[in-house]
Amino acid sequence: MSNRLSWFVIIWMALVFIFLYAPIVSVVVYSFNASRLVTVWGGFDTKWYGALIADRQIIDAAKLSLLIATISSTLATVVGTIAGYVLVRFPKFLGRTAFSGMVNAPLVMPEVITGLSMLLLFISMEQIIGWPNGRGLTTVMIAHVTFTLSYIAVVMRSRFLTLDLSLEEAAQDLGAKPLKVFFVITLPIVTPAIVSGWLLGFTISLDDLVITSFTNGPGTTTLPQVIFSKVRLGLDPKINALATIIIAIVSIGVVLATLHMRRQEAQRQRDEQMAIRAIAAQT
Amino acid sequence: MASTDVANRASRLPASHWLESLLSSLGIRGRTLVIAVPFIWLVLFFLLPFIIVLWVSTSFVVIAQPPYTHLSADGTFTLNIGDSFGRLVKDTLYIKAYLNSLQVAFLSTVLCLVIGYPLAYGMARCRQATRNILLMLVILPFWTSFLIRVYAWIGLLKNNGLINEVLMSLHIIDSPLNMMNTNFAVYLGIVYSYLPFMILPLYANLEKMDLSLLEAATDLGCKPLKAFFLITVPLSFPGIVAGSMLVFIPAVGEYVIPELLGGPSSLMIGRVLVNEFFSNRDWPTASAVAVAILIALVGPLMIYQKYQDKELEKES
Repeated sequence: MSNRLSWFVIIWMALVFIFLYAPIVSVVVYSFNASRLVTVWGGFDTKWYGALIADRQIIDAAKLSLLIATISSTLATVVGTIAGYVLVRFPKFLGRTAFSGMVNAPLVMPEVITGLSMLLLFISMEQIIGWPNGRGLTTVMIAHVTFTLSYIAVVMRSRFLTLDLSLEEAAQDLGAKPLKVFFVITLPIVTPAIVSGWLLGFTISLDDLVITSFTNGPGTTTLPQVIFSKVRLGLDPKINALATIIIAIVSIGVVLATLHMRRQEAQRQRDEQMAIRAIAAQT
Repeated sequence: MASTDVANRASRLPASHWLESLLSSLGIRGRTLVIAVPFIWLVLFFLLPFIIVLWVSTSFVVIAQPPYTHLSADGTFTLNIGDSFGRLVKDTLYIKAYLNSLQVAFLSTVLCLVIGYPLAYGMARCRQATRNILLMLVILPFWTSFLIRVYAWIGLLKNNGLINEVLMSLHIIDSPLNMMNTNFAVYLGIVYSYLPFMILPLYANLEKMDLSLLEAATDLGCKPLKAFFLITVPLSFPGIVAGSMLVFIPAVGEYVIPELLGGPSSLMIGRVLVNEFFSNRDWPTASAVAVAILIALVGPLMIYQKYQDKELEKES
């Protein structure tokens, strides 16, 4: 870079990163606090982690949330990948504008509206066709698939946009049918994007409170619902411990993913250079 | 004999081939089927629900399961907008909450832009290695639980929270600042939670910018600050619009942040909707509130959609 960044920009960046991370760091630090009062330091202690593991309500809710997130993200990845593919590869069909709008809108739609409308749909369906019978796991998962598939569709759309068409064309020239080309050529190439799409959907589903509260029935309580009801009553050091575990898992995951992507990028560049050298040697 | 033979042959064929012949025998083109899967899902679970919201917003409240009906007192079918929408217009509480939400969302968007722009700009002008690390640092909070990030602020903002403790021990203040359960806390929470949504599209835009334009301006004697406002900012306009819509639209209906950080005076329309629905069990009014929010968001949603389509066109 020829023109260096001004001091103003550098200091500004540092301040924004402090703003982004100070709350997260404080939650982690106070999870090791011996004092019950979350904001008064009483020495280092890990007892809240023990208390967290002993809390059946939190553990059960966490298991349920993991189950919901796994199933709904998997389904959403299937539908979302198809949606992303359609957006890139089929530029013209009847209702394309409406389709693109329906894919994009759930990303920004206020959750209270999505939640309310999904619940009213389930209730109307129950009145008319008798299904779903009450609300619970099934309705929560349908709702989660619907709003996470948009995120996945956006990830997949940008992957399909940058996809090199020549491999698919080559396969087609050699007589492979479109469906075979998709499963044998396209899908393996975009697998990394599918994995990150799935992870994104999984995280978003795991974290959702509002839409879940609308579409959930009695008896099934998800982790965000438990956290919310506890947080409403005030600070709870067990929540700090839980937050620290979540933050640790996410940080490790994101760092590993970034490193992996950098390695892949370097590998790709090496491959390209070797190919160029090989061509140069032949001519 | 013949049928087992067919079955054997079918099982030896790859699944894709088998599926294809099945579809073509049904007269369905693969393409139609591919489009139909996500299309039908979204129509059924995203579009249709809005029509039902509109439908419920024109009903009467009854003590029944579900607590709404389209039959008026004399048993005739009636589309009743007087009760639900009438209440929104007559009761100033709704109008206040509505306008307040728009204001909070708007100011939060401006704050996100002011705070996020220099950061996105700095990131886009860093060396590649630094850039990747900074990008990771912006994305990381986004992956951690939203609820927990809001929770974190309670510990900082409380009267006996970390900020007040630090300020008091440094003798900057004598008595704790009252920050929790205020509008200030709501703004802080929204800006904090939505900042990555502003930074990422801005960064994506600024990163792609053609820097030779800036060099040309400098060569022609333009001062860096002037070049920034005359060239960089206008060129990044699509990024500004995308980031602003990603913050503004969901912020209008925000429920969790005002509920946890705000006080009773932090009236926001998302909170009103939830209260009408869960506490008052007034589903028609809750639906009418949803319709009112959607009306305010039609414009921003269309701008957002247009941007998304343009991005798609530009890259393909």
